[in-house]
Amino acid sequence: MPEVTLTIDGRTVTAPEGTTILKAAEAIGIHIPTICYHEACTANAICRMCVVEVEKQRLLQPACVVQVREGMVVHTRSERVERSRRTILEMLDSAVDLSDAPEIQAQMAEYNVNHNRFPGAERRTPPVIDDNPMYVRDYAKCILCWRCVQVCAEDAQYTFALSFDGRGFRTQIGTFFDLPMPETTCVFCGQCVGVCPTGALKPRREWLLEQGKTPDEILQMSRTARRKSRRAQR
Amino acid sequence: MSVETQESVDLTPLRPVLTRLAPQGRSGLLPTLLEAQTHYGYIPPAVAAEIARSLGVPLADVHGMIEFYALLYNEPVGRTVLRVCTDPACALRGGERVLHAACALAGVEEGGTSADGAITVERSPCLGHCNSGVSVNVSFGRPVRNITFAHVTPETVGDLVDGRGRTTADFWSEDYVGGDLCILTPLCGRGRRTKLFEYEAVGGMQALRKVLSSMTPQQVIETMRRSELLGRGGAAFPTWAKWEGAAKAPGQPKYFVINADESEPGTFKDRVLLEGDPCRVLEGAIIGAYAIGAGRIYIYIRGEYPLAIERVEAALQELREAGYLGERILGSDFSIDVEVRSGAGAYICGEETALFESIEGKRGFPRVKPPFPTTHGLFGKPTAINNVETLAQTPYIINQGPDAFLRLGTADSAGPKLLCVSGDVVRPGLYEIGFGVTLRHLIENLAGGVVGGKLQALLIGGAAGTFATPAQLDTPITFQGLRAAGLTLGSGAIMVFNDKRDLRDILRRLARFFAHESCGKCYPCQLGTQRQYEILDRLAEGQPLPGDVIRLQDVGWTMTDASLCGLGQTAASAVLSAMKHWPDLFTNGSARHA
Ligand SMILES: Cc1cc2nc3c(=O)[nH]c(=O)nc-3n(C[C@H](O)[C@H](O)[C@H](O)COP(=O)(O)O)c2cc1C
Ligand code: SF4
Ligand code: SF4
Ligand code: FES
Ligand code: FES
Repeated sequence: MPEVTLTIDGRTVTAPEGTTILKAAEAIGIHIPTICYHEACTANAICRMCVVEVEKQRLLQPACVVQVREGMVVHTRSERVERSRRTILEMLDSAVDLSDAPEIQAQMAEYNVNHNRFPGAERRTPPVIDDNPMYVRDYAKCILCWRCVQVCAEDAQYTFALSFDGRGFRTQIGTFFDLPMPETTCVFCGQCVGVCPTGALKPRREWLLEQGKTPDEILQMSRTARRKSRRAQR
Repeated sequence: MSVETQESVDLTPLRPVLTRLAPQGRSGLLPTLLEAQTHYGYIPPAVAAEIARSLGVPLADVHGMIEFYALLYNEPVGRTVLRVCTDPACALRGGERVLHAACALAGVEEGGTSADGAITVERSPCLGHCNSGVSVNVSFGRPVRNITFAHVTPETVGDLVDGRGRTTADFWSEDYVGGDLCILTPLCGRGRRTKLFEYEAVGGMQALRKVLSSMTPQQVIETMRRSELLGRGGAAFPTWAKWEGAAKAPGQPKYFVINADESEPGTFKDRVLLEGDPCRVLEGAIIGAYAIGAGRIYIYIRGEYPLAIERVEAALQELREAGYLGERILGSDFSIDVEVRSGAGAYICGEETALFESIEGKRGFPRVKPPFPTTHGLFGKPTAINNVETLAQTPYIINQGPDAFLRLGTADSAGPKLLCVSGDVVRPGLYEIGFGVTLRHLIENLAGGVVGGKLQALLIGGAAGTFATPAQLDTPITFQGLRAAGLTLGSGAIMVFNDKRDLRDILRRLARFFAHESCGKCYPCQLGTQRQYEILDRLAEGQPLPGDVIRLQDVGWTMTDASLCGLGQTAASAVLSAMKHWPDLFTNGSARHA
């Protein structure tokens, strides 16, 4: 692979062609924050938390997908970059319950986020969906990173149980006509729960424990549920 | 799957639709859903499931598709759906009052359906009849028909129920077409579609004959290069460069796409061209397809333009019969045909990659670029995509030569340009000018001057554009001249506001448009368009909060700088320009000229 040489925050870096700015920076210990990026998923450049300033480019560039080029000059902490990152976090915080998202909380602390930046802002507060024995879906915590949809589809499982309701601010992860999970193509592989960064998807047992249920009660509940579902199948 | 047994829906009307469209697989999804809806009024789950099975599309994706497009419904709606435009140009003519009258008539709130199931009333984004608002798009009857009406008033909106009332065609003469030049529009604004033989009678289709009989694709591209034609869809990208890119890119088949999704508030030029003189646009596209070696042309027309769709279909039929489309056209080695695709209520699908996704049967999410359409476009194949007006310019360039074309403009901006003038002027309409005239000439001489007061502001480039002040009236209309004045021509929409208008109300409407049309893919725009709308809403109500100016700037600059596509990148453009011109608008105070 041919190599290219570029500058990131004043330091010279050489990286193989095709490397993303994110990876090239990482290689020399420069950390660029990310939210939607996940090693196992196709990068869709959704969150824009990873934006950096590239000289001679009019707009900020998402480091997770933009590839290095010869002579590129990158600034990862310029004023414009910082403003965008802080504002993205503040807007996210104003819309979504981030209490179960430790990585984003750490980023908010680092960027001095004002937790009341958008007074009176509409929040996304759909009710918790508890429709299957495996996991609960609390989309008030969903940041629409698309990971669950992607692992359910071409990135891993090829099950295609998930898509989107609505669009814009009113987007929500949904199923076919909002059917309960067991009536969809879902095979309960749990991959979506594994990649969810915010606790929006959570193992049901963990969720019940949080709700104050004891392990015995949970066992009892799941037995009843299983009996019921077996009866329904008949 | 249990949904199919849950309800009894008669699938008989769906069968012929599936027989025809299922062979297209997923790419047939949007046309299938649109047609299914004409039979059922909405898409019942059993119908969606059957479509999913026949086309081989995951169930969840079919549902996600219905959810994305504003003209598709996953639950029953009224037998008549009234979609009332309340975007700026129509708002100036009482759009809000028409909406209220429609709601009162149906006894519902906006978005609701009357108790008897007769009427659903919705607030609509711009319907591309800004020169003759208030515009209302109406779906009615079984099978469902769709018509966009113009000049609707609170008194006449009731007449539109069941599709009664006057049609857009009745108001055709009110599509005023004027200007200094008559190169693109000689056959437009006449109240009817120009037939192929009429177009031929004035030299139409000669360019295509010339190209096929005496020019290589490379010579066509070279002619376009020398003409310096820049795309008229908003981004002003050299047309020849796109064609050359697609021509050289490896991969087959290649596609040529006509972008007729025109949805930028204030813009109606592509509609006037397609309704009046579709053959000219199609001739340009066939020439483009030849230049890149395309195997197929798609024309994607916004769903709220039923008349344009109907007339393009009719023109295509004539072109096929005359041998301009089909196998080995005009005796050459070149074979090509055109497929019409209807949009379904999504401004974002005018963005080129979102448009490809839509044709491919997906939600209209813009793709990350690069790769660019010239190498990875529709179905991942090399694709050239052009605006309707861009293609209408092409026959002239081929016939008269690039030098004649260059003489029509200025050094940096070649050729004629269509401008859509709406709002507070004597003659709202479509104006064809040569680049280089001033905004003053356009507004005062051509459009007859400002009505209802003195000039307060111009909004140039549509919702995604920038505001200009009366002091900027002598700016020449060229790409460079406007840029030097901090303006952009964008789609060529120019909205005029007199000094009695409350610009804060206009800003709120622009913000609502973007919040409604954001696809939701990237955070800056998904969240920012909503936050921007909330702030401008309270500002328009005369109740801004301390810090709102900085808030608007942070949100605005973040959307501009960090969004994934042009929608988010321009969603704050008008607001930020207004802030620069009229800072006092944004601070507390009683609503100006309410
Ligand atoms: C949100 C958005 C909407 C757009 N809508 C349209 C449209 O309706 N028609 C159009 O021709 N171009 C539209 N564009 C621009 C297209 O992406 C593309 O640049 C254009 O079709 C290229 O044609 P041209 O080179 O002939 O101008 C839009 C862009 C964005 C970002
Ligand atoms: S549920 Fe979790 S994984 Fe899925 S989009 Fe929301 S935050 Fe991402
Ligand atoms: S900028 Fe807006 S419309 Fe474009 S991808 Fe992002 S959310 Fe979608
Ligand atoms: S991490 Fe790059 S856009 Fe989300
Ligand atoms: S049609 Fe109403 S503003 Fe364009």
